[in-house]
Amino acid sequence: MATQRINTNSEIHPMENLLRMDRMPHIWCPTCGIGLAVTAFASALEKANIDPNNVSIVSGIGCTGRVAGYVKVDSFHTTHGRPIAFATGIKVASPKTKVVVFSGDGDLIAIGGNHFIHAARRNIDMLVVCVNNFIYAMTGGQVAPTTPLAAYATTSPYGCVEPPFNIPYLADSSGAVYVARYTALHIRRLTNALTEALNKKGFSVVEVISPCGMYYSRINRLGDGLEMMKFYHDNVEIRHGEDTKNLEIGFQTKIICGKFVDRERPSYMERYNQWLSEVRDSGKRPKGKKGA
Amino acid sequence: MKADPKSVLTGVYYIDGDVAAGYGALAAGCKFVAGYPITPSTEAFEAVCHRGPKVGTVFIQMEDELGSISAILGAAWSGAKTMTITSGPGYSLMQDAIGFGAMLETPFVLLNIQRGGPSTGVPTKTGQADMMQSRWGSHGDYEVIAIAPDSPQEMFDYTVKAFNLAEKYRCPVMIMSDECVGHMTEKVVIPEAEKIDVEPRRLFTGKAADYRPFSPGPDLVPKMAKAGEGLNLYITGVVHNENGHPVADEKYKSACIRRLVDKIRINKDKIIELKEEGIDGADVIVVSYGISSRVAVKGVEMARQKGIKVGTLRLVTVWPFPDDRINELAMKTKAFVVPEINYGQVVYDVARCAHGHASVVLVPHGGAGVHNPADVADAIEFAVNQEKPMEGVHEFKTRLEKSVFEGGFKLKE
Repeated sequence: MATQRINTNSEIHPMENLLRMDRMPHIWCPTCGIGLAVTAFASALEKANIDPNNVSIVSGIGCTGRVAGYVKVDSFHTTHGRPIAFATGIKVASPKTKVVVFSGDGDLIAIGGNHFIHAARRNIDMLVVCVNNFIYAMTGGQVAPTTPLAAYATTSPYGCVEPPFNIPYLADSSGAVYVARYTALHIRRLTNALTEALNKKGFSVVEVISPCGMYYSRINRLGDGLEMMKFYHDNVEIRHGEDTKNLEIGFQTKIICGKFVDRERPSYMERYNQWLSEVRDSGKRPKGKKGA
Repeated sequence: MKADPKSVLTGVYYIDGDVAAGYGALAAGCKFVAGYPITPSTEAFEAVCHRGPKVGTVFIQMEDELGSISAILGAAWSGAKTMTITSGPGYSLMQDAIGFGAMLETPFVLLNIQRGGPSTGVPTKTGQADMMQSRWGSHGDYEVIAIAPDSPQEMFDYTVKAFNLAEKYRCPVMIMSDECVGHMTEKVVIPEAEKIDVEPRRLFTGKAADYRPFSPGPDLVPKMAKAGEGLNLYITGVVHNENGHPVADEKYKSACIRRLVDKIRINKDKIIELKEEGIDGADVIVVSYGISSRVAVKGVEMARQKGIKVGTLRLVTVWPFPDDRINELAMKTKAFVVPEINYGQVVYDVARCAHGHASVVLVPHGGAGVHNPADVADAIEFAVNQEKPMEGVHEFKTRLEKSVFEGGFKLKE
């Protein structure tokens, strides 16, 4: 059974047992939204009643790539773009593990895009939390596959010329069974979505729109963290069940949030176990070129 | 520890080297294989897909080689012995994660059935031109173990050994085979499980609070753990301290990386395996590995018929390199002749260790074929006739090179 880790003693930090306090202060800039996403995740872990000893969190490279190092569960800070592939190995070799991939838009959707769509296709049992700050922030503000058209970045100094990926649409069309999006402002809704996703069998994706006060906001003159939060407050529309096709994000346009996909489809491990019992127990003969 | 009888396909087979390596992995207790099809390694992956489910080995065909190697690293950290299988271009794609695996001290086996390169090269024919890539392919300093089997039987035997070395030293172990050995079909004897030694994972067994993931034992190898045991592992490719926490300080950088290289260097006498024949009193020693060592046998025979005293030294483990042994032999012999299917890779390590005490003659081959034994014999004769040791590495002009090139780079039609 799950051990309660959130502290109710007011003398100490309530997340003391879920976060690696010896690693604080963290490396994230003031006004960054990643910390809020981590807090929401830690609360969700508690609410979902999952034994933290059984959770592996896998990150890639980038600002969000550092999340694995601050959550007090088995943490893997992997190579750029590969957390989903690494997590696939953990899940398939050790099916009892609850696997969470926590990484950024660049890591998961650009360099790691192939693993993202294939893990969704296989419906591997894992929760993917994709923090989307519209930019490569760790390297100083370069254009990302999520940068809105015409937004500025250091490698799009005249404005971004490429259209961005719509992450929920990509996840939905690749086969994810749970897809939601919230901003770092929607901490309660986000926590609830993460809780729900943690208990979902199969491939779940939660996109977290996060302010990057140091790069995205500065180069685009969007004001400080508070102003970005105000922007989310005024421009987010919650539309549960919205067709994921309609979720594109333009430069400073309305952001549609909510839970868009929640469906059932046999997960990879369910299919695998079924297949394995057929192969093993019924003496099914292999076809194709023989081994020997 | 002995192999699990359930996963050993005991018997006498007539199979190719790829399949033998696949069976070797199962016998060694490999429980997770991720791969991506690539000629000429595919048969090894197919063999695992055929037999794996029946013996409890999980396999997954990933979306690319980057995914395959990342998946096996994840599986290794959840406790499984793991392997991936590839060739040329796939091997290049895997280099980033090979360094990651070395940095995390993850035991894994990588079967590389070398083919002609660079780029797509000649996918269906042989090559030995990834040897230096296996040593230096990922960025940064690290050490690996590389083994070059020369027959299907050895593909079985040394795949088992590769798993054992990976567990013992917690490092990447490369099986640097080649298309010829991979596709060569010969008799392979798979013994009973009780005759196969397997190295169990060196797991930490103390109290969780005492666990330091990268605190080494006397042989510089730390005890490993696996996910899901309440240890709150923190595993990162960033330079880390004994707790696994990232540090950027130059002192920690030295401590972290020094050990990655030293754990192989100080144990190299235990790791290195050489097969020597006729070395005593030899005027020329042929140093070779993989398929080239099979071809060299004929060349050596031809040279011996001419009355030349020739010995052979086969590098079963190519990395770590047997520096001391080559150096010792350089004092006693006139020359080393090194046939390899590339334009000079391992030969430079031979020259480095020969220190100018003996001539070093490369018998090159561009790939897509093997040496003509007569070239090896001629190179031996050439080497033995030198008055004093030649400087550097002398490249012997083979019949093939002479026949296709008419001076410069103009190919004769």
